[in-house]
Amino acid sequence: MRILERIGNRVIRDLSYVGGLTIQFAQGMRAIPHVLPIGGKPRRWQTAMRQMMAIGVDALPIIALMSISVGFILAMQIGSELRRWGALQYVMDTVAIGFTREIGPLLTALAVSGRSGSAFSAEIGSMVVTNEIDALRTMAIDPIEFVLTPKYIAAMIVIPCLTVMSNAFGILAGWAFMYITTKIGLSMYLDYIYNSIDMRDVFSGLLKSLIFATIIVQVGCREGFRVKGGADAVGRSATSAVVRSTLLVILADAFFTAIFYLVRRD
Amino acid sequence: MADPMISVDRLTVEYGTSRVLDQVSLEVQRGEVMVMLGGSGSGKSTFLRHIIGLEQPTSGTVRVLGTDINHCSAKELKSVRRRMGVAFQEAALFDSMSLEENVSLPVRELTTLADPVIQIMTYMKLAAVGLGESGKQMPQELSGGMRKRAAVARATALDPEILLFDEPSAGLDPIVAAGLDQLILLLKRVFNMTMFVVTHELASAFNIADRIAMLYQGSLIAVESKDAFRANTHPRIRQFLDRQPDAIGTSTVAQQRLEELAGISGAKA
Repeated sequence: MRILERIGNRVIRDLSYVGGLTIQFAQGMRAIPHVLPIGGKPRRWQTAMRQMMAIGVDALPIIALMSISVGFILAMQIGSELRRWGALQYVMDTVAIGFTREIGPLLTALAVSGRSGSAFSAEIGSMVVTNEIDALRTMAIDPIEFVLTPKYIAAMIVIPCLTVMSNAFGILAGWAFMYITTKIGLSMYLDYIYNSIDMRDVFSGLLKSLIFATIIVQVGCREGFRVKGGADAVGRSATSAVVRSTLLVILADAFFTAIFYLVRRD
Repeated sequence: MADPMISVDRLTVEYGTSRVLDQVSLEVQRGEVMVMLGGSGSGKSTFLRHIIGLEQPTSGTVRVLGTDINHCSAKELKSVRRRMGVAFQEAALFDSMSLEENVSLPVRELTTLADPVIQIMTYMKLAAVGLGESGKQMPQELSGGMRKRAAVARATALDPEILLFDEPSAGLDPIVAAGLDQLILLLKRVFNMTMFVVTHELASAFNIADRIAMLYQGSLIAVESKDAFRANTHPRIRQFLDRQPDAIGTSTVAQQRLEELAGISGAKA
């Protein structure tokens, strides 16, 4: 009986979390027109631009470094196997397909979740603790529209851009490996890549990156809004924002990859 | 008599099994300064949060400016909130914005006034609280007293009819606190604002109040003019006014527990 009770409690808690996320998402979507540069409220778009700098531009170096490293690692690991079969040229296909379909979007999402997901929850959490969110509400300003929506719009624009950059850096790292082992020139390598990339892969990757952006912003902000108590709770919310958004990003990745797999088979 | 600005009817609030407010009814009339006194944990902050409409009561109604704020449309709530200003205990200024931006925020958000007009309004509000030349400063560069005055400037930015204060003088030295009291009286005199002030500072309360309400363990034990309040003989009010501590060491529970801890009684064995 106690076990059943526990399971039930857990299920109710998780369902209400998902419910809260859904409501927050809907409120955030409704507020989008107020943030747009044309027809929006004053200064919201500037906030969104600042967020684009923080989420996107500032994250570029780390994402570039991660993508180059992972691209090189992937090429080496696959290369050491393929070399034995004399099929080293397939390293290029592996890197191109691997990055555009999977690694680019996922790597970007993980980096952004670690950098910005925690920042969202810490920022909003401390606004809750210092009554700033209450102050917004008493000033008849919607906190979701004021705080969340600019972040969401920024993330929806810059995370796909970062994903494209990640793809490019990963593929370039593949070239570095191929150049060292086979002395292939860059233009020839790019020609080969160009032929092996399927645009459907690129788009499915970008579609996934939009879904990841949604998860990172919504979960990060949700954890912030849920804060109760003091500084200690803010710290915990930052941790759980990263843990939850990372987990959800990977689960969503598995789900959508399965769907793309089924669609592609036909 | 005209309709009250704030009318609370049998407000009851429960968190889990504990009852924080028990059937509290209170009316605040136009142009009066109502001070709510109470010790820590008496429920006065909870009461304030319900007047602002930040929380849903367990039962009872809260009417502000004639609108039932727990059962009205979002639009009605918005229009009520436009007509009231709140100065929070910790000031609740936005750290990423300068004082000017903080004060002009409600004006920018809720009106379509042109920028120069907003700048003039902002300067006037800041000057009224003595911070006219500090507009470019960031909140973290200010002292506690200045932050609270800035919070008042922001709360009054849209010339509200009702102004609510949460612990205006908490954490301030007596001189700064007196300055804030003066500011409250000035706002009342000049703009005829209705004010609701939650505090536990007696000196401040007697200084600014027209009427005083006292909350004790979730119930109102007095709502009266400050002279009547001063003469009130209710034991809890006397204790509050005469600054007598609660008897901690003499309660039987504490006595028993101490004996237990000291190993005097055989309760553990």
